[in-house]
Amino acid sequence: MIALIIRRLIQSIVVMLTVALIAFTLFRFVGDPVAQMVGQDTSLEDRAQLRERLGLNDPVPLQFARYVGNTVKGNFGISYRIGRPVGALLAERLPATLELSFVAALFALLVGIPMGIYTALHPERWLSKAFLTISLIGISLPTFLIGILLILLFGVVLGWLPTFGRGAVVDLGFWTTGLLSVSGWKSILMPAFTLGMFQLTLIMRLVRSEMLEVLRTDFIKFARARGLTPRAVHFGHALKNTLVPVITITGLQLGGIIAFAIITETVFQWPGMGLLFLQAIQFADIPVMSSYLVLIALFFVIINLIVDILYHVVDPRLRIERQVGAGQ
Amino acid sequence: MWSTRACESSAKSGRDSEMTPLERVRDSADRLLDSDVYYSFRSSRVTVVAAAITAVLFLAALFAPWITPQNPFDPGSLNLLDAFTPPVWADGGSWKFILGTDDQGRDLYSAILYGSRVSLFVGFASVTFAMILGVGLGLLAGYMGGAVDSIIMRVADVQISFPAILIALLINGVLRGILPREQFNDVAVFVLVLSIGLASWVQFARTVRGSTMVEKNKEYVQAARVIGRHPVSIMVRHVLPNVMGPVLVIGTIGLAVAILTEATLSFLGVGVPSTQPSLGTLINIGQNFLFSGEWWIVIFPGATLALLVLAVNLLGDWLRDALNPKLR
Amino acid sequence: MRFKTLAVALAVTLVLGVSAQAKELRFAFQGDANSMDPYNLNETFTLGFLGNIYEALTRRTADLTIEPALATSWEVIEPTRWRFHLRRGVKFHDGRDFTADDVLFSFERVKSETSDLKTRVKTVKEVIKIDDYTVDFITTVPDPILIAEWDTWYIMSKGWAEENGAVTPQSATGDDENFATRNANGTGPFRLVSREADVRTVAEVNPDWWDNANKEHNLTKITFTPIGSDPTRVAALLSGQVDMAYPVPVQDMKRVDSNAETSVLVGPELRTIFIGMDQFRDELLYSDVKGKNPFKDVRVRKALYQAIDIEAIKEKVMRGLSTPSAMMIGAGVHGFDPAIERFPFDPEASKALLAEAGYPNGFRVGLDCPNDRYVNDEAICQAVVSMMAKVGVTLDLNAQTKGLFFGKVLRPSLDYSMYLLGWTPGSFDSHNVIYGLHGCPDDSGKGQFNLGGYCNVEVDALADKILSETDVKVRDGMITEAWAKTIAEVSYLPLHQQALAWGVRSNVSVKQRADNQFAWRHVVIQ
Repeated sequence: MIALIIRRLIQSIVVMLTVALIAFTLFRFVGDPVAQMVGQDTSLEDRAQLRERLGLNDPVPLQFARYVGNTVKGNFGISYRIGRPVGALLAERLPATLELSFVAALFALLVGIPMGIYTALHPERWLSKAFLTISLIGISLPTFLIGILLILLFGVVLGWLPTFGRGAVVDLGFWTTGLLSVSGWKSILMPAFTLGMFQLTLIMRLVRSEMLEVLRTDFIKFARARGLTPRAVHFGHALKNTLVPVITITGLQLGGIIAFAIITETVFQWPGMGLLFLQAIQFADIPVMSSYLVLIALFFVIINLIVDILYHVVDPRLRIERQVGAGQ
Repeated sequence: MWSTRACESSAKSGRDSEMTPLERVRDSADRLLDSDVYYSFRSSRVTVVAAAITAVLFLAALFAPWITPQNPFDPGSLNLLDAFTPPVWADGGSWKFILGTDDQGRDLYSAILYGSRVSLFVGFASVTFAMILGVGLGLLAGYMGGAVDSIIMRVADVQISFPAILIALLINGVLRGILPREQFNDVAVFVLVLSIGLASWVQFARTVRGSTMVEKNKEYVQAARVIGRHPVSIMVRHVLPNVMGPVLVIGTIGLAVAILTEATLSFLGVGVPSTQPSLGTLINIGQNFLFSGEWWIVIFPGATLALLVLAVNLLGDWLRDALNPKLR
Repeated sequence: MRFKTLAVALAVTLVLGVSAQAKELRFAFQGDANSMDPYNLNETFTLGFLGNIYEALTRRTADLTIEPALATSWEVIEPTRWRFHLRRGVKFHDGRDFTADDVLFSFERVKSETSDLKTRVKTVKEVIKIDDYTVDFITTVPDPILIAEWDTWYIMSKGWAEENGAVTPQSATGDDENFATRNANGTGPFRLVSREADVRTVAEVNPDWWDNANKEHNLTKITFTPIGSDPTRVAALLSGQVDMAYPVPVQDMKRVDSNAETSVLVGPELRTIFIGMDQFRDELLYSDVKGKNPFKDVRVRKALYQAIDIEAIKEKVMRGLSTPSAMMIGAGVHGFDPAIERFPFDPEASKALLAEAGYPNGFRVGLDCPNDRYVNDEAICQAVVSMMAKVGVTLDLNAQTKGLFFGKVLRPSLDYSMYLLGWTPGSFDSHNVIYGLHGCPDDSGKGQFNLGGYCNVEVDALADKILSETDVKVRDGMITEAWAKTIAEVSYLPLHQQALAWGVRSNVSVKQRADNQFAWRHVVIQ
C-alpha cells in the first residue's frame, strides 16, 4: 500500500511537471500581454521596458526555470489583468466553481440514478424510452447553446430565474457560499442543470446497463428464489452492486465537470475559476493561465490517487490481481 | 464475453483466404443479413430511423457542392445585402434562400451542408486518428505487458482524468503557436483533428488492452506464436479482429462526442476559421441573433447538429447492446 | 458560533434588501475595470469608472465641455507656465484635506515607472507649489492642449498613499498587491465600498462631496457587475436584474427598444474603425505578389477603398448604427470636416484602378482582424473579404482574440499585411491622429501607431507646427491641409465611427457621453 502511494506520488510529480511544461509552452503562443497591459498612448519605450521587466525577453529555459521555482515556493505571481496575487485570486474563485460542480454532480446523481433504475426495471415502458431519448437529445446540443436557450426561456421570457451571477453570497470567512440564500439557489439552478446534464445522461445509462447485467446474474436469481420481495432484490441487492462503478465514474467525471464549468461559467457569468481562466486566455494573462492549469492538474492527480487507494481498500480482488500481474 | 463469439467468426474468417474477393464480399454480406446483429437492427425502429438520418446527412454533406445553390466558403459568392433573409415561409423570405441567410448573406441551407462536411470530417478524422493511436497502443500494451504496458497505461490513467476539452484546448494552443501563421487557416481543420484525436485515444487503448490480455493466452494465439509468426502479425491478424467490436462502439459514440467537441471549441474561439464555418461555428455565430428575432441562424444549424449527434449516439447505443450477448 | 455568523450574515442581507429600495443603480459592462488605481491603465472604461470616485483638476460635462473641478480656475501666465487655483474645503473620502501637496504628489506618482498615464504630463517639466491652494505647472514647450486630457488625471491623497504604501502604482512583476489596486480614496461624488474584481464592485454616495449642493443624481448606492457574454448581458437588462447595461450588441437594439421597460440610448462614438495596409516593406509578408509591394501604389489603395460598400456594412453588419467616415476622425474631434466625402463605392472603378496598377486579376493578401475588440469586428472583416473578392482581391482572413491580435500587429512586431483597427484620439484633437497615425515613424514616439509606415514629410512638418501653434485659426488651417494631403494619398481605408449603445430601464435617466464614459452623477432613478 505504501509502495503504491509512493509510486503514485512520483508519477504525480512527473505529471505536474509535464503539465507545467505544456502550460508554459502555451504562454509563448497566447499573444502579447504587454499590448493589453498599457493604454494606446503608452510609448514604445515604456512598452519595451515593461516587456523587459516581465522577463519576456529572457531565454525560454530560464523563464521556465523561474516559473517552476516560483510555483514550488507557492508564489504564483501577480495577475497581469487585475493586478492581484494569483494565489489569492484562485482561492477566491474556488468556492464558486466547487459549489457549482458539487450541485451539478449531486443533481446528476439524484436524478440520474432513479431514472437509471426505472429504465432498467421497466425497459419496455414508454417512460423509459422517453427518458433515454430525451436525455440523449440533451447531450446532443453544445452546452453553450443549452445555456443560452435556458436564459432566454427562464430568464427573459418567463422571468423566473436570474440570468447571471451567484445571487446573494454569504461569506463564512474561509468560504463564500450562495447556498444559504434563496437568490443563491435560484441562481445556481440553470448553471447546475446545464453543467449536470451530460453527467446525468451518463449516470442514468451506466446505472441502467449495470443493473441490467446484475439482474441477470445467478446471485439475483438465487435471491429471487429465496423468496425475497422484488423491492428487496432490486434495491437491497441489485442496486448495491451497481453503485460501486457509478461512484467511481462520477468521481472520475469530476474532471469533466470542472472543465465544462469553463463554458457554463462564461455563459452565466458565474464568478468561478473557469471564467477567470477564459478571461485570462483572452487577455494573455500568463500567471493566471498557468496557475489554473497547474492547479487543475494537481486536482486531478489527487482525485486519481484517492480513487486508486479506495479501489485497493474496497476491492480485495484487485490486490490479488495486481500481485499476480506483478508476478508475471 | 462477446469475444468468444468474435472468436468463432475469426475461425471462419481463416477460411476466407481461399475465396475470391467477390465471393468473400457476398459471403460476408450473407452472413451479415443472417446475423443476429442485423436482426436486432431491423427489429429496432429507432435504430433504422437513426441510421437513415445519419446516412442522409452524410450523403448530403458529401455531395454538398452538387446539391446546393451557393458555395458559402467562397467569399465572392456572398452578398452582404442578402444578409438576414428569413426562411422562405416567413415574411420577407425568398425561394432563393430556402432556410434564410446568416449575417454575411450565406445561404443557410448551403452553409449547413458545407458545415456538416467540416464537422463530419473533423469527427471522422479525429476518431480515426484516436482509434489508430489507441488501438495500436492498447495492442502493444496488452500484448507486450511489463514496462511497456505500465508506461502506456500510466499515461492513459493520467489523461483520462484530465478533461478532453482542456487537453484539446492545450494541444490546439501549442500547435497554433508552432505552425507558421500564414498557413494556419489552411491547416486549422487538421489541428482540430489532431487535438481532438489526441484527447480521446485513451478509451480505445484501455478496451483493446483488456481484450488483448485475454486473447493472448488463448490457444490460437499461442499456436501462432509457436509456429513463429511475427508478434506484429499476430496482433494484427489474430488479436485485432477479435477486439474490433467494442472499438466500433467506442468509435461511434466518439464520433458524436468529437462533433460536439468541435462545436464547443469554436465557442471557445479555437475552431475553424469563420470564413469556412462548421456546424459549430454557425451555431456560435447564430447564438448572437437569438434575442434579435433572427432565430433561424442558430436554430437550423443547431437542429442539424442535434439530429446528427443524436442519430450517431442512437446507433452507438444499439451497436453496444447488439454486440453485448449478455443483454440478449 | 457558526450560527451567530450566519445570523449576522442574514441580518446584513436583510438590511441590504431594505436599502435596495433606496435609489440603487445596478449596471453591467462587458468587462471590468482593471484596477482601482487610477494610474494603472490608460483605458476608457477603467478611467471612466474611477472618475466617479476620484476627481481631477478639471472635469468634463455630459457634452464634454471642460469645466473646473478640483481647480477652480487656471491661467497661462507665460507660454510655458500655467497657474492653477485649487478648490478649498475639499475632503478626501477618508477625511483628509485636499491641498497643493496632493497635486505635487499626484504629479510624481503619475510620472513613476509603473504608471501608464505618463503621457498626461509628458510636456510638464516641474510643478511648483506657490501656496497650499495654488500650483504652477512649468512645461518644456508651449503646449496649448496641456489640459485636454487632465479630466482623467485623477488627484490622489498623499497622506493616504504614503500610509498604505501605495506611493507608486502596482508593479506587474512584484509579489505583492498594491493597496490602491482594491481600495480607493478620492474626492468624488461616490466612494468605494467593496471591490471584487470580475464579480461585483459596490460604491455609495459621498455625503460630504463639495458639489453636493448642485448635484443632479439621486443615487445612494451603485452596484457594478461585469457581464462578458453579450446575450447574458442583454438578458440581465431585459429581465430587470440590472438598470443599465452597455454596450448593447447592435443586433439586439431593436429587441431592447421594443421592450416596454427598456430602451436604448444611441450616440456617435469618437472611435474610428479603419483598415491599414503595409506600405513600408518592399515585399508583403502575406501575399502572392513577390518582389514588390502593391500597397506602395496609391492606385491599389484607392482600388481597395472603392471596393468597400460601406453602406451595406452600415445596414447589415452595424444595423444602421455606424457613421461611415471619410476621415480618420469622427465628428466631435477637433478638425473634423463634414464636407469631406468618401471615395464612392464603385467596383468597376476599383477593377480599372487595379488593372492600371498592373493587377488586372487582383492578388492575394492576408487581413488580420480582432474578434473581441470592436463592435462586430470579425463580421466587418468577413464582409470586407467578400467585397474584395468581387474585384478580384482575395483576402486571407485571420481573426483572433485581441491578445493575439495586438501582439502580432502592433509595434514592434508589425507582423501583418493588412489589419483592422480602431482609434480614439484621447485629446479629442486632430493632432493626436495626424502625429500618431500619419507621422513618419521614428524613435521619438511619432507615428507609433502608423503601423503601415505611411510617410509624407510635409504632413510631418505640419504636425510639428500644429502642436505649438497657439493661434486657433492658423492652427485649424494647418489641420485642414494635413487632412487633405493624407486623404488624397489614401493613407488608410477609413470605415466608420461605431455607435455607442447603452441599454437603460425606463425608470432610469442617464446622460451618454460621446467618449463612452459613464458618469453616475447624471443618473436619476424614478
